Parts: sequence; structure tokens; C-alpha cells
Amino acid sequence: MKYNKFLKQNWLYLLLLIAALSFPLVISSRYYIQIMITALTWAMAALSLNLILGYTGQASLAHAGFFGLGAYSLALTTKAGLSFWLALPLAGAFAAFIGLFIGLLTLRTRGHYFAISTLCFGVIVFIVAGSWIEITKGATGILGIPKPTPIPIPFIGELSFTSQTNQYYLVIFFLLLFLFIIYRLVNSLQGLSFMAVRNNEVLAEAVGINTFTTKLLSFVVTNFLVGMTGGIYAVLMGGVSPTVAGSNLTFFWLAYVIIGGVATMAGPIVGAVLVTFLMEYMYSLGEYRLAIFGLILIMAIIFFPRGLVGVFTRLYQKIKDYFGGIRGGGAGQNAAKSRKANETL
Amino acid sequence: MELFLQQVFNGIMLGSTYAMVALGLTLVFGILHVPNFAHGNLYMLGAYVTFFLISLYQFGFWAAVISSMVILGVVGMLVERFVYRPLIGQPHINMFISAIGLLILLENSVAVVWGTSAKRIPHPYPDTVHLLGITTTQQRLIVIVAAVIMIILLQLFIKKTIHGTTIEAVAQDREGAQLVGINVNWVSSMTFAISSAFAAAAASLMAPIFMITPTMGALLVMKAFVIIILGGLGSMQGAILGGYILGLVESLGGGFISAAYKDVFAFGALVLILAIKPTGLFGKESN
Repeated sequence: MKYNKFLKQNWLYLLLLIAALSFPLVISSRYYIQIMITALTWAMAALSLNLILGYTGQASLAHAGFFGLGAYSLALTTKAGLSFWLALPLAGAFAAFIGLFIGLLTLRTRGHYFAISTLCFGVIVFIVAGSWIEITKGATGILGIPKPTPIPIPFIGELSFTSQTNQYYLVIFFLLLFLFIIYRLVNSLQGLSFMAVRNNEVLAEAVGINTFTTKLLSFVVTNFLVGMTGGIYAVLMGGVSPTVAGSNLTFFWLAYVIIGGVATMAGPIVGAVLVTFLMEYMYSLGEYRLAIFGLILIMAIIFFPRGLVGVFTRLYQKIKDYFGGIRGGGAGQNAAKSRKANETL
Repeated sequence: MELFLQQVFNGIMLGSTYAMVALGLTLVFGILHVPNFAHGNLYMLGAYVTFFLISLYQFGFWAAVISSMVILGVVGMLVERFVYRPLIGQPHINMFISAIGLLILLENSVAVVWGTSAKRIPHPYPDTVHLLGITTTQQRLIVIVAAVIMIILLQLFIKKTIHGTTIEAVAQDREGAQLVGINVNWVSSMTFAISSAFAAAAASLMAPIFMITPTMGALLVMKAFVIIILGGLGSMQGAILGGYILGLVESLGGGFISAAYKDVFAFGALVLILAIKPTGLFGKESN
């Protein structure tokens, strides 16, 4: 009975999970699997951006900067001989550590000021990555990052990450882990204070939330996650260059979050996968596709500020309302109530 | 000493551009609270329009500069109407994202139409000038003089004409301005037009000296933000002074300390100053 209820409520997510897991088994094209790997890596970056931007309401534009910090950290430590499985959390910790200092400096500012000062930090990371040649090798970057260390499994042998399919599952594993972490965080008491700060900082302060620490916590967790994402990206690509810290990446992730649906769990993933595939599909248009992308972003924020997920939930609610209205007043009222709750969120 | 003077001269020339760009940005950001992140791209577009008019239609240099200002003024009005006005009254992040969309749109449209390779406008005044022991080109002198004239004209426009004073009125109190019958939408349009035209003028004047590329405005807009935040939002004097100071710092820092890290100093200074004073050096306290 209990399982039935669980299935009924979460059938869509289970279906998506099965689709995601079976993707490389069904699709044989290496090309599509590679795009999917990229899309899901971007989805991870967008997920962590959503934590600070969507749930805490602070537009951090240093996201690619921290991504780059994680990527460079992993590149340097694994090339020095450290195992990938140690280097990855270290990459996250490094980004989080720098993020703590930058957060202490920049989170004192609000709104546009915060966005601009974090953007400045992102550009500093980009410039340093390109200029500090002794460490970062300048514009060429660091090449030849070893693939993740194989995991020994008793009786079977070892799990290596040289094949594309296994790399795909590596990304899926971390994506699910990130989803789980962010889901638990957002639905905790701490997550509620994130949203309280977003909705009204003065009011949040008045009810006893330490808004500065709350924002700082969100910023540090965000940077930990994006630092790890940078590490995963670096190991999958086998190299890093200053472009991984370019503000263009931040802008793209921002677009994924907005187009998918800000402050929703599914939004960043939907946005990242959809836009990445759309961009691939429009490949023949060459440079035009980026111009179109800019246009889509402007239209999305003006006409659908809640993104695709927002549009679908509203549509779903409308359909439910319609059928609920036919069946009986009570159900319809309930639906209307829950829709209202959704809107005030 | 000669090197020092040469760097100071270059700093003033750079500063003239920064002052003009920052002045335009402070008008829209400080006065209308629109974080026009695409301002640098409007600057870039201005340079390309000038290049296009000169190379394709054989416009004279000054005719091209003035036409470019007019065209960019219209573009600025369109941007205000279609990109920013629909988002008034919504969370500030929305306008920001719209600005980023516009930035991507402009940068890549120009790359599509005119290609990504660097272009150069032929020098209209290539002669060299000897002045106080330094050697420079006429074009560099023209940049400095033209910037000063334009900045003075803008000041006169805002202080002495009815249209100019409406801009100040909206800056001081948007609702109050509406109450006394000022058309706030028209003032927004006009401010955007002036701001974009200034960017176009700065870009066109500099175009014969530096290369023009689709990404030329990317760092510039951030520097302009640094200037206006340090100089106090909405303060035109702050923007002008800040522009010249940043030009000098960059030119001297790049010449005497490190050319690769010269931008790091400016952006690092911003992060630090905002950490100490979250609303900028001369900013007013506000929520």
C-alpha cells in the first residue's frame, strides 16, 4: 500500500531516472552520449548555482571562477599523484575555502552590488589562470590529467573509468548525489531560512535569522559543489584551460537555471539538458545560435520568469483544477488552494 | 621622466574613454537603477557602426562618428523599451538576466555579421605631434579634447535645459517626478539614448587607435561598473573623476608594475572597497 502511494506520487521521477540510467544502453551513438555527459555536467553546475541564486536569492556571478578553482585544483593534485577520489573532495574544499573568504568580503553587499563584486572576483580568477604561467601554464592550460583511479571490487575485478559509458555513470552518480544533498538542504530548517532571506531579508533578520551567516553558508555549500563539478569536468576532459573560469560559462548556467525554472529541483537539469541539445541541434546555424540563445534568454525572463518547470506545473494544475471542478467542488477548491500556495512561494 | 609623462598622457586618453562610458552607465544604473550589463556591447556596436559607415559607405570620420551616435541612440531607446521596461517592478535579478541575454545577443550578432577577426578604422589624423617632450598622434589629442567637450555639453544639457532637469528629477524621486507630470517612460528612453550615444562616441573616437573586436566591450563594462560604484552611484562628477583616475592608474600600473595583472588591481580594489563600504565609496545608504 505504502509503495503504491510512493509510486503514484513519484512515477514521473522514477521514469526519468530509469530513462537516465538506460540512456547509454539504448542510444548507441557515442556522439549523443558525449553531449549528454556535457549536458549533465552543466546541469550539476546549474544545480549549485540554483542554491545560491534561486533559493537564497543572491546572484553570484563568480560561479565559473569557483568552477575553475576546483578544476585547476584537481588538475594540479592528480598530476602530482593524488588519487582522484581524494582530489575531488579536495577540489570542492579548496573552492569552498576560497569561497568562505570571498563570501565574507562580498556578502556584505546586496543586490546588484553583490552580483558585480562577485563578477569581478570571477574575472580575477580568469586573469590569474591565464597569467600565472608557473602554476597554471597560462593560456594553454594543464593537459594530460589522468582518468579517475579505478575502484577495486571484490570478486569482479575493478571498476575503471576509461570507457565512455562508465564516465556517463560517473556523472549520473554525482548528479544524483548533488540532487540529494540540495534536496535535503532545501527541505531542512536551514533551507527555510535560505528562502526567508530570499523573500525578505529585513523580515528574516527581524524573526531572528542571522542573515549574513545564512547567506555565507549557502555560498560556501554552493562553491563546494561547483568546485567538485569543476573537478569532474577537468578529469573528463583530461585538461583545463582558463576558459573554464570564463564568465561566459556563468552566463550560460544562469540561462539554464532561468529557462528550466528558478528555485525548483528539476529546473536546472531540464534547462541544461534541453538547451545543450537545442544548441547541438542548431549547430548548422553556426554563430547565429548564440545570438538566438541571447534572445531566448530575454524572452524567457520577460514572459516565463518561472521557467519551463513553472509553465508545466501551472499547466498541470490547470488540468487538475478542470477535472477536479467536474468531480466535485471540494477537490477544485483544494486545487485552487494549493495553486495559490504555489504562487506565493 | 619622459616615460612617466608618456604614460600619464596615455592614462588621460584611456581615462577619457572610461569617463564617457562610465558617465553613460551611471546615468542608467544610478538614475534608473537598470544594471545595463550590455553597455560595453553597445560601445562595441558603436565602433562597428562607425567602421561600417567608413569602409562601406565612405563616410568622413566625423560624419561617421555622429551617425553612429544617432544610430546607437535609437538602439538604446529600443533596448530600454523592449529589454528593460517590461521588467520594472520585478526582482532585481530579472533585469540582470535580461541584461546578460542582451549581452550575448549583441556580441554574437556582431560576430555573425562582421566576423570575429579584429578590424581597424583607417587613421583619419595620422600625423604625429611633439608636446612637452612626448610624441603622440593627433588622433590621441582629439580623443582627449572631444571627450572634454562632450562631457561639458552633457553637463550643460542636464543642468540648463528642461529635458535635462527631468532626468535629475526622476533620479531624485521617481514618484514625485510622476506627480508633477513628468513622463517617466520618456525620460527613461531619453536617458538610454544619451547613454548609448556616449558609448558610441567613445568607441568611435578610440577605434582608429585600437583594434575593434566583438569582445572589446566585455572588460570595459566591468571597469565602468567599478568606476561608478567607487565614484558613487548616480554621481556624474564621480564617474568623470573615477574614469580619469582609473585610466591613470591602469596606464601607470601597466607601465611600471605589471601589464598582465593591471586589471586585477582595479577589480580587486572594487571587491575590497565594497567589503568595507557595501554601498560604494560615496554611495548613499539604502535597502
